[in-house]
Amino acid sequence: MLSYILRRLALALAVAFTVSVVSFMLLRLSGDPAAALAGESASAQDIEFVRKKYGLDRPLLIQYAQWASRALQGDFGESAFFKKEVREILSDRIWVTLGLGGMALCFAVVVAIPLGVAAAMKPNSWLDRLALTIAVFGQAMPSFWFGLVLIILFGVTLRWFPISGSDTLAHMLMPAVALGYYATPAIMRLTRAGMLEVLASDYIRTARAKGLRPGAVLFKHGLRNAIIPVVSLASVQFGFMLGGSVVIETVFAIQGVGFLAWESIKRSDLPVVQAIVLMLSTIYVLLNLLADVLNGVLDPRIRVH
Amino acid sequence: MSNSLKAENGSILLEQQLAWDRLLIWRRILGHRGLVLGGCILLGIMGLAFLAPWIAPHDPYAQDLERRLVPPFWHAQGNWTHPLGTDGLGRDYLSRLIYGARISLLIGISTVSISALIGSFLGILAGYFGGRVDWAVSFMIMVRLAMPVILVALAVVALVGGSLQVVILVLGFLLWDRFAVVMRASTQLVRSADYIRAAQAAGASTLRILATEILPNVLGQLVVVITLEMARAILLEAALSFLGLGVQPPLPSWGLMVSEGKEFMLFTPWVITIPGVALFMLVLAINLVGDGIRDITAPETRT
Repeated sequence: MLSYILRRLALALAVAFTVSVVSFMLLRLSGDPAAALAGESASAQDIEFVRKKYGLDRPLLIQYAQWASRALQGDFGESAFFKKEVREILSDRIWVTLGLGGMALCFAVVVAIPLGVAAAMKPNSWLDRLALTIAVFGQAMPSFWFGLVLIILFGVTLRWFPISGSDTLAHMLMPAVALGYYATPAIMRLTRAGMLEVLASDYIRTARAKGLRPGAVLFKHGLRNAIIPVVSLASVQFGFMLGGSVVIETVFAIQGVGFLAWESIKRSDLPVVQAIVLMLSTIYVLLNLLADVLNGVLDPRIRVH
Repeated sequence: MSNSLKAENGSILLEQQLAWDRLLIWRRILGHRGLVLGGCILLGIMGLAFLAPWIAPHDPYAQDLERRLVPPFWHAQGNWTHPLGTDGLGRDYLSRLIYGARISLLIGISTVSISALIGSFLGILAGYFGGRVDWAVSFMIMVRLAMPVILVALAVVALVGGSLQVVILVLGFLLWDRFAVVMRASTQLVRSADYIRAAQAAGASTLRILATEILPNVLGQLVVVITLEMARAILLEAALSFLGLGVQPPLPSWGLMVSEGKEFMLFTPWVITIPGVALFMLVLAINLVGDGIRDITAPETRT
């Protein structure tokens, strides 16, 4: 078990490192960051000044090494817009985004797993068809548009929820639904497929033959085994949702990392953008690692592989 | 004499069998409600996009500041000169919607051409050779999945400058992951099949085996992923344009139309409902076609 975890950890570190290199290079090579920082009306001298000030005149590899070694110590430099430490700006906002992501995931799981189980209990029933229809429709809805429709419907017409900001739990409800529904189809499909497979297995037949109550068969023997791949999918989806928060936070003007990323991209505040890309991808890698380890604990067969 | 007769009989039988198979496939296609519905919507939208210059009632860029935010025909103040009303600059909404279909379809098709090429190439190599190649490709997939797509796309588009070509290139180089994953898995499945071993024994080159034995057998899976990714690319372009860092005005991208309509949406909600519904219909149609193809080519993988 320990060697399995160590191997996964090494892989996760390698992935995180590569992502940091790729995203750093991508952002540096896509344009002239000094010109972007200096603004449109800047003269050639201004641009040179900015280039020197932020060390953008040095070779790329050295720039990366400096940035990475500081980032490892939690120092992401100074925001060009806020004139404040990037770390300070992010430490307030990350909790808003994690909270939003958590609520969104809760929504997705609460809707998807019961629907998936119900659909698997009676394949091709009306409930199964309904679940499938929800899945197909859900995947086709643009999230930003869904968010706006929620605002018009529940914020303006019915006045049930506040339409923007992130002060209270009520503020977060609509954004969480708008962000979470996108993960619902995938989780539901996997739950349904897993349950169908498990329910057809020998040990379920045995459990039924022993005369166990149907509920116990379904949940203790069935769902517990079918849920294993769902757990890892859910953690991966959580990572995707943090990325998707850029769109939803912008729609609802939530002061989280996603909204900050969008604003910073628009004002070419590169240190902030780089820090957010690194942070979101690191969280994703960690979640994947967690899912792998959790899977190894839940299903001993995986460890040997 | 009798031999040639037999052979002739055989070929007639074979032809009958093939015709019968073709009939069966058509029956399966037409019997699949989702596929028929999705196919009809998709063909309809493609027809509109193709015939845009002939059917659009107005110039999609012509502004008329005296007729701003005219409501659609079902509204009391609506009229048939502008069946879907006009936007905040007085441009005919129906015409913009029809031209917008061109952008979404162009984005979907071009992006997928790039990403399918990259992803299938990597996936087939990894699946066929295994070992270190497989490890390297799997690592690349993991790295790609760990990068937040929307964020990276937004940042790159902002730095390079937003335009249709840039959006297509950025999305094309970001969305190859699912092609690689699926092609890798399905190549692994056919790799050890008898006909591959027969080709190897017959001395066929690796390239030949990949092109003539492996590729045709993973094509069904490929088509399914193409539809899924096309839908994803269209949604992402809309999101990027909505955030102001995708296709730039005055192009009638549906995402951009929602974005431009946002400031009026509280008083004139149709300015965002109409392009949103259009996006939804297009993506739904593509997904339905994809699901349908999967059901027909490999019914056992339906989940």
